[in-house]
Amino acid sequence: MDIKHHLTDDVLVEYSAGTLPEAFSLVVATHISMCPTCRARMEEFDALGGTVVEEMDAMPMSDGSFEATMKRIANQPKDAIKMDAPTKRGLFPKPLQDYVGGDLDAVKWRPVGMGVKQAILKTSKDASVRLLYIPTGSAMPDHSHNGMEMTLVLQGAFEDEADHFGAGDVELADEDLNHTPVAVGPLDCICLAASDAPLKFNSLLPKVMQPFFRI
Amino acid sequence: MDGQARFQETGASLRSMGYGLGNSTRIWKHKGPTLETTTLARKEWVAEMDRIKSHRDQSAFAELFAHFAPRVKAFLMKGGTSEALAEEVTQEVMATLWTKAEMFDPARASVATWIFTIARNRKIDVIRKQRRPEPEELTWGPEAEPDQADVLSQQEEQEQLARALDKLPEKQRDLVMRAYYGDLSHSEIAAQTGLPLGTIKSRIRLALERLRHAMDTP
Ligand SMILES: [Zn+2]
Repeated sequence: MDIKHHLTDDVLVEYSAGTLPEAFSLVVATHISMCPTCRARMEEFDALGGTVVEEMDAMPMSDGSFEATMKRIANQPKDAIKMDAPTKRGLFPKPLQDYVGGDLDAVKWRPVGMGVKQAILKTSKDASVRLLYIPTGSAMPDHSHNGMEMTLVLQGAFEDEADHFGAGDVELADEDLNHTPVAVGPLDCICLAASDAPLKFNSLLPKVMQPFFRI
Repeated sequence: MDGQARFQETGASLRSMGYGLGNSTRIWKHKGPTLETTTLARKEWVAEMDRIKSHRDQSAFAELFAHFAPRVKAFLMKGGTSEALAEEVTQEVMATLWTKAEMFDPARASVATWIFTIARNRKIDVIRKQRRPEPEELTWGPEAEPDQADVLSQQEEQEQLARALDKLPEKQRDLVMRAYYGDLSHSEIAAQTGLPLGTIKSRIRLALERLRHAMDTP
């Protein structure tokens, strides 16, 4: 896969530190599953986390904590250490399949107009993530952001005023960017998009409809 | 693939992506075994992990516990967790180290890094109450025998990172440490300090660039 647009350092640090909202972590984990470069970078940021732990000034454990830990180990249910079965290779990498409950054919799409479909995935409420299906040649509804948005292309490609994004590419957009992405190429475009604020649609959907569509 | 080849590949692709400071800066995957390897200042802990893996050696576990448990507890408390909860989560983290010892691959991470990832995941689960999406595993099950050059390379990377972190100016070192304590997300830090999110992000990026630079200068 020829990936040109990668995750930024500050996003990877937040993912490694575990402070990124779940919705964004899902996009990050899905991209890393497709991108050896960012996997290597993630491992380096994890190593930095290991160094931070190593550098801590020790905080003494309470009396009897070792014995208490041994007791915890003895009380652990035996089946707690089972590994997940490998996922069948499809369009979606494993972390995304875990949230969808399967591959592309398991997605419960809802039309949002102009041939565009979406499926919102269940995550913690501090941000939201959804799958988007945009027929090739169609535009995403014109919108601007009032937060951060992270979009990962899973199939096909899209273009906006700034650049071209193919399969595996990540676009990071903040409130300064007002863009109109258009799906291009032979395949319909399927994206995974996380946002930490409700999108403001400039056209197509009146504002009052937004809660209904949970955009 | 040996450590050297992997580093060169990663370094090259990062430079072509425009990360770091151009040719003089490489990502902190170091250059491969050097003379320093023979004079490691820190204990490796890999041997203790092996003793747990191969014969459930409780004294090896006690040594790991004595070193890491107080550090994990301090790390959790720096992130804003109460002492009682930090104590409990630390015990869980150490219990996981024992039960999942087979999963530890010294060719992929140092013991400290592995413990950090266990602590981080526990924290997301217990304290943030969120799920943690993890990338797809590349391989299934542990490899037969880890490549000793890779094991050494992970250890050396940890050493160099610790030295580089110490060389950072106080404020930047503090920012990197705080980013990892994870008491606040970057946007929460922005809200709390009243600084724009962009400023927080660029400060963190700057600190990381410095860190990479420090990794390069002996
Ligand atoms: Zn990438």
